[in-house]
Amino acid sequence: MTGAGAGPGDPRAGEPRRDVILEARGLTRHFRVGGVFSRDILHAVDHVDLVIGEREIVALVGESGSGKSTVARLLALLYRPTAGEILFRGRPVSALRSRRRTLDYRRRVQMVFQDPFSSLSPVYPVSHAIVRALALHRPELSARERRAEAARLLEQVGLTPAAEVMGKYPHELSGGQRQRVGFAAALACRPEVILADEPVSMLDVSIRIGILNLMTRLRKEEGVSFLYITHDLASARYVADRMLVMYAGRVVEAGPCEQVLTDPRHPYTRLLLSAAPDPWAPLEETSLGDSGEPPRMVNPGPGCRFAPRCPLAEEICAHATPTLTELRPAHAAACHVAEREAASASQVRTDQDGIRS
Amino acid sequence: MPAAPAEPLLEVEDLVVEYGLDPPVRAVDQVSMRVERGEFVGIVGESGCGKSTLLYGIGRLLGPPARIVSGSVRFRGENMVELTDEELRRIRWRDYSVVMQSAMNALNPVLSIGAQLEDAIAAHERMPPDRMRERAAEVLRLVGIDPIHLKSYPHQLSGGMRQRAMIAMALVFSPDLVIMDEPTSALDVVAQRSLMLRVKRLQRELGFAVLFVTHDMSLVSHFSDRLAIMYAGQLVELGPTRELFTNPRHPYSVGLLQAFPSVFGERRRLTGIPGNPPDLRRPPPGCRFQPRCPRAFEPCGQVEPGEHRVGATDLVRCHLFARSEVVR
Repeated sequence: MTGAGAGPGDPRAGEPRRDVILEARGLTRHFRVGGVFSRDILHAVDHVDLVIGEREIVALVGESGSGKSTVARLLALLYRPTAGEILFRGRPVSALRSRRRTLDYRRRVQMVFQDPFSSLSPVYPVSHAIVRALALHRPELSARERRAEAARLLEQVGLTPAAEVMGKYPHELSGGQRQRVGFAAALACRPEVILADEPVSMLDVSIRIGILNLMTRLRKEEGVSFLYITHDLASARYVADRMLVMYAGRVVEAGPCEQVLTDPRHPYTRLLLSAAPDPWAPLEETSLGDSGEPPRMVNPGPGCRFAPRCPLAEEICAHATPTLTELRPAHAAACHVAEREAASASQVRTDQDGIRS
Repeated sequence: MPAAPAEPLLEVEDLVVEYGLDPPVRAVDQVSMRVERGEFVGIVGESGCGKSTLLYGIGRLLGPPARIVSGSVRFRGENMVELTDEELRRIRWRDYSVVMQSAMNALNPVLSIGAQLEDAIAAHERMPPDRMRERAAEVLRLVGIDPIHLKSYPHQLSGGMRQRAMIAMALVFSPDLVIMDEPTSALDVVAQRSLMLRVKRLQRELGFAVLFVTHDMSLVSHFSDRLAIMYAGQLVELGPTRELFTNPRHPYSVGLLQAFPSVFGERRRLTGIPGNPPDLRRPPPGCRFQPRCPRAFEPCGQVEPGEHRVGATDLVRCHLFARSEVVR
């Protein structure tokens, strides 16, 4: 149980380096779009690198169409990558040949979907989804043990009394309760990573925080890591250790949440931050500026994909694609301007007092 | 706050809206509020709290099985509840207009934006075609869309642009009141912010009043003059927006403010509000929030709280403020 005082804001700095559980290297997924003879290619995800450590919550933040859900689906093996590799505990997933090995991966990497209204079968009681997952992934359990385990899982996700909830049908539950069932079903497989794709965006405001708190509790009590996919910077900051910001299929900034939010380096992150609806945001009458026009993702040319909207864009941005570069320890951004600024800033620091650059 | 001027733009009194019969669901229960000319009023609540029904009741847009059971809606002195369809047609769209949730999907996919704007104009006023085209271009420019898009079809515009086109449509006759039901909920944050800034600027420049329904109180935090919080069909708090954020009175408002994390504020553990809203077919006796309320005490389970004026807050429906001035 997370104590009342121990919030997600606990300082985690100084923790030992976590073991990497799930890793993506150069993950890329393109889709053919248009008619049969169309040569149009939608670049949904391009060269995404990401690492999820043991007991870590990583937020993948972006607007609709940025490719964040595609990343989750690639990691869940629902899509095949066009290029790139997924590694589970250092082993490439593409090398998994047997059905048994693939099943094992799917057990360890679970997914929770956005819509709790369509991800549960309406014709079965709640227990069905959980017991079924147990039967498939933990065949060593007897029927009675499966029911007992299902009850334990429901209590673990805060659905009590479990015996009563088990017999209910999805339509008898609220959205928040259904989303909890989704987490219980995922937990049934004793996963190491849960990919949570916008798990709270369809829930009412007063219910959301309960699900976010559930994630931090499951990390603590069940030792699960999370990839938390969201469009909401505030909730990412609330639950996650690190965040990756995606724009038009690419990761544009990555780092510890507090660092990224207090000192964003990529102009897109800054734009997102300035647009976040927040009663405690500084009261400034900003100009209309950016109206949020979506980027071009079909047959994109070279160069930075944010450049057409970017207030800092320079000539180089139009033809050279910036790569994700570490600008200071653990904090990286893919921006020519930010890279140059960081380089000159660290040069100044080195000159001044000899701190290692 | 001094006594409000003699005639507000909109004055809702004891409005009651019910759905169905057996038993009827009272979706809006004795709601009273006023909106001054040029004022931006936000209405916040969770799904099923009756906020959209309240809007539609005010705009006389309800159809069966919903019906206005009692109460009045005085708009510029006229009681909307008693107007005939013919009388309504006279003022609808000209004097008040509506922007619905995901209205951008309400655009006709096979007609150009210009044709749809002209349709809206022609439905309410006789105007020569070139004057009509001129007006259509004018309102598009207002919402920041190049009139070149008069010839565009909805699928050629982004979600944000389509939603702005809908707002343009709502402004063709310079109404006194624009009713908005979650107009930004289908948009991404950047487009959402940009739309809010634009609505606010237009409201200031053109002087219309806005009734803005949303489930996200942080969205309106910088834009509304006053904010109303709805719970289970009733207004539980209504007051100046800043007052509501810095000095929330009703335990439900306090709970809502505790329910969403902030990007800028202090990073702390939040709790949300336990439990779920009541079934409106069988609302609990006494205060409707009482089963979830951390501060419930003796009378809450039996006696319905009255509406009180507390400090700068116009209305709080809670027994905790029983000693304060009774509004009704």
